[in-house]
Amino acid sequence: METTMTEVQTEWKRLCALDEIPMLGSRVVTGTPHGDIAVFRTSDNDVFAIHDKCPHKGGPLSQGIVHGRSVTCPLHSWKVRLEDGNVEAPDVGCTRSFAAKVENGTVFLQL
Amino acid sequence: MRKLKLVMVGNGMAGVRTLEELLKIAPDMYEITVFGAEPHPNYNRILLSPVLAGEMTLQDIILNDHQWYADNNIELVLNNKIVKIDRKGRKVFAADGSEREYDRLLLATGSNPFILPVPGKDLPGVIAYRDVADTDEMIDAAAKHKHAVVVGAGLLGLEAANGLALRGMDVTVVHIGDWIMERQLDKPAADMLQKSLEKKGLKFLLPKFTAELIAGESGRVAAVKFKDGEQIPADLVVMAAGIRPNTTLAESAGIHCDRGISVNDTMQTYDPRIYAVGECANHRGIAYGLVAPLFEQAKVCANHLAMYGIGSYKGSVTSTKLKVTGIDVFSAGDFSGGEGTEDIVLNDPGAGVYKRVVLKNDKLVGAVMYGDTKDGAWYFQMLKDGQDVSEIRDHLLFGNSHLGDTGHKGNNLASSMPDSAEVCGCNGVCKGTIVKTIQEQGLFTLEDVRKHTKASSSCGSCTGLVEQILASTIGGAYQPADSHNKPVCGCTDRSHGEVRKAIRDNKLLSVQQAIDFLEWQTPNGCASCRPALNYYCISTWPHEATDDAQSRFINERAHANIQKDGTYSVVPRMWGGLTTPNELRAIADAAEKYKVPTVKVTGGQRIDLLGVKKEDLPLIWHDLGEAGMVSGHAYGKSIRTVKTCVGAEHCRFGTQLSMSLGVKLEKMLFGMYSPHKVKLAVSGCPRNCAEAGIKDVGIIGVDSGYEIHVAGNGGIKTDVAQFFTKAKTEEEVMEISGAFLQLYREEGYYLERTVHYVDRVGLDHVKKLVLDDAANRKALYERLLFALQDYEDPWKEHAQKPELRRAFEPLSV
Repeated sequence: METTMTEVQTEWKRLCALDEIPMLGSRVVTGTPHGDIAVFRTSDNDVFAIHDKCPHKGGPLSQGIVHGRSVTCPLHSWKVRLEDGNVEAPDVGCTRSFAAKVENGTVFLQL
Repeated sequence: MRKLKLVMVGNGMAGVRTLEELLKIAPDMYEITVFGAEPHPNYNRILLSPVLAGEMTLQDIILNDHQWYADNNIELVLNNKIVKIDRKGRKVFAADGSEREYDRLLLATGSNPFILPVPGKDLPGVIAYRDVADTDEMIDAAAKHKHAVVVGAGLLGLEAANGLALRGMDVTVVHIGDWIMERQLDKPAADMLQKSLEKKGLKFLLPKFTAELIAGESGRVAAVKFKDGEQIPADLVVMAAGIRPNTTLAESAGIHCDRGISVNDTMQTYDPRIYAVGECANHRGIAYGLVAPLFEQAKVCANHLAMYGIGSYKGSVTSTKLKVTGIDVFSAGDFSGGEGTEDIVLNDPGAGVYKRVVLKNDKLVGAVMYGDTKDGAWYFQMLKDGQDVSEIRDHLLFGNSHLGDTGHKGNNLASSMPDSAEVCGCNGVCKGTIVKTIQEQGLFTLEDVRKHTKASSSCGSCTGLVEQILASTIGGAYQPADSHNKPVCGCTDRSHGEVRKAIRDNKLLSVQQAIDFLEWQTPNGCASCRPALNYYCISTWPHEATDDAQSRFINERAHANIQKDGTYSVVPRMWGGLTTPNELRAIADAAEKYKVPTVKVTGGQRIDLLGVKKEDLPLIWHDLGEAGMVSGHAYGKSIRTVKTCVGAEHCRFGTQLSMSLGVKLEKMLFGMYSPHKVKLAVSGCPRNCAEAGIKDVGIIGVDSGYEIHVAGNGGIKTDVAQFFTKAKTEEEVMEISGAFLQLYREEGYYLERTVHYVDRVGLDHVKKLVLDDAANRKALYERLLFALQDYEDPWKEHAQKPELRRAFEPLSV
């Protein structure tokens, strides 16, 4: 029964059309219970969502340059992995990640 | 596919670095086995002298621990020596009888110390200085015995002698040369070095030839006897008379050796399946004994092992630095003098400073320094780059040292700074932290130090200090990056120059085309290379190349400057620093309407609205645009401002109309993107109130016309602009300034300011193309005007195109 509860709490929510996020770019989602979330689109059309806050000094990761499956923070160039929010070595840190998916050209977030 | 088998003989720094490079580019190609004769995993051999001196422990200098080998699936066989190679059967045999097959074999057998062939050389207490075991034996001997004799006053010998003295022994250094370190130093520098080592308690005998080592009653060595009959007591004799490449194994397998295992430019031996790197290898007649060249070899070897086939090793220029605490000596290149060379010397024995640089054909070929080595890295860089130094010859000896003016409390000599002193004022990093990180993490390059400590990674003002610290911590292993051929970033081996040329020659019109054509190692580059590639494409092919917004830094994407809290600043353009009541009213209204928390007058004579939310940017632009204002590009690698003084329009001293010329220049350059930011100034008379002397292009009005100065910089390091030429009319000023900036746009490397560009190519080159050749000047000027024609103000563009505004609007679920 507990499993069902969890599913209810973290249901998939429609965000936008994939085309509304530029390739190798991102959009910010505001007004979530978890604060601002940055949603990224890679060159393979994969979509990832992480907390829009660099673990270093809180920089808005959504404003960074996206490359491969990472984003470089615009403030001090820390590199954050989109898949799990971990910071690339030698820096250390992690920002929260959220599940995201694309179905029929529509982006969904699990919150 | 079956993995190929790679066996490495020897577990030292050059070999393991080759494996590291190989794993980076082809992690799954080989099944790797490493044989090491010593019982330790790979350690930093050059830090043995701090271990001997008691400043570090063995654990501190391990570079790759057992876990590293395990993590990379490398079979590590220690305490076991390979004794035979069967080249036909492609097998190696170890001393314990085991064997391994190989597809590729890497010989990294290092070198053996040269032991003087004198009677008594095998006595207990007579050792070489090469590995951990030798170091341990010296530490042990220092605890029990009194007299030590070090044979050989080279780098290694002096470091050993210093370590033994620090451990309380009475140390005599014996040397056959007329002065110490004769291969790295000339006599004046060596004499100064000897004096300061004598002050530390070392004794020197030279020139002196060892004849015999004499045993005492216990059977241990007790004395050294010389050819002149003199005899001195010795409970420990350290042979440091040089090293010989270890070629025994290779020779026994019939591989060609000649003072080292002979290798070609891809580090292959006579048998192409067998490679050799490091001290055992002889490349074009040279067997290198310093670490830096070995790392270059490792990179090329790994590249070839990975079957890339584009790397080739052309030999190295080396430098030397003695790692003795409190003593500063540096040498690089060839300073033996000889025909066609010139010396520039500064000799101040009273202050303990000696500097000598050797020039040949206007280029630096050698440098020796004692006492003040802060410019060592700078000299070495110019030496490697083969830079023409004729223009800076008059102040060459007074140095430059890549040092900015601010942020490090005026310190310019790293060796005199205490460990607690702050080196990097941006990131708050102290000297002690940097030294400790270099040692513990086994760092060798400036890039490594920047990554691990953050020092010198922001404004770069302290780069010279960090280089000094790196050089004195790792000594001869320090190798400055080759500034001309430095790869753009980790995504490629190609330099900025090569990339620019390829984009031009092959008409590459987008970032992705360039990445594909130039075989980038990452699918879409990184935050360093993409902005560079985008700039190169659009500046080389204006109106044809695609300007990729996602390859621009956020400031150029959002047309505003990101602040530390994620808000932005908005700076409307005020042509030549001029404004009107109407504009000021619009700015005041906008500031109130969008609740702008801070309004500030900038250094470039305009007004900055700070703390604007991203979603408000298009709205505030629209309001300011209604009053006729356009983007000030205060955020871009682009034309920023043209600062002006009041000039002849109002000023009683003014000779020229500086305000109107400033406005004309700024309008001409509107929308100009460049390798880095560009600032201009126009002053109406030589009192120069617009501070034109520290601008990329500075115009100073004089009664007879205009002086044009270029390549000034008022930032991290103040550089006074150089006088370029005089012009008679405003039109000439526009054409010359425009042509100069277009040349910079076409030849500059991304993030290179005009001062660095002109430093690199030389002012003569710029003068030739802009001043001497009128047709070329005109062509440059026309290319600039063509590139800028029809440029649309980004504010207006965003107001007109809703799809551009979308990036500024947040989403919600």
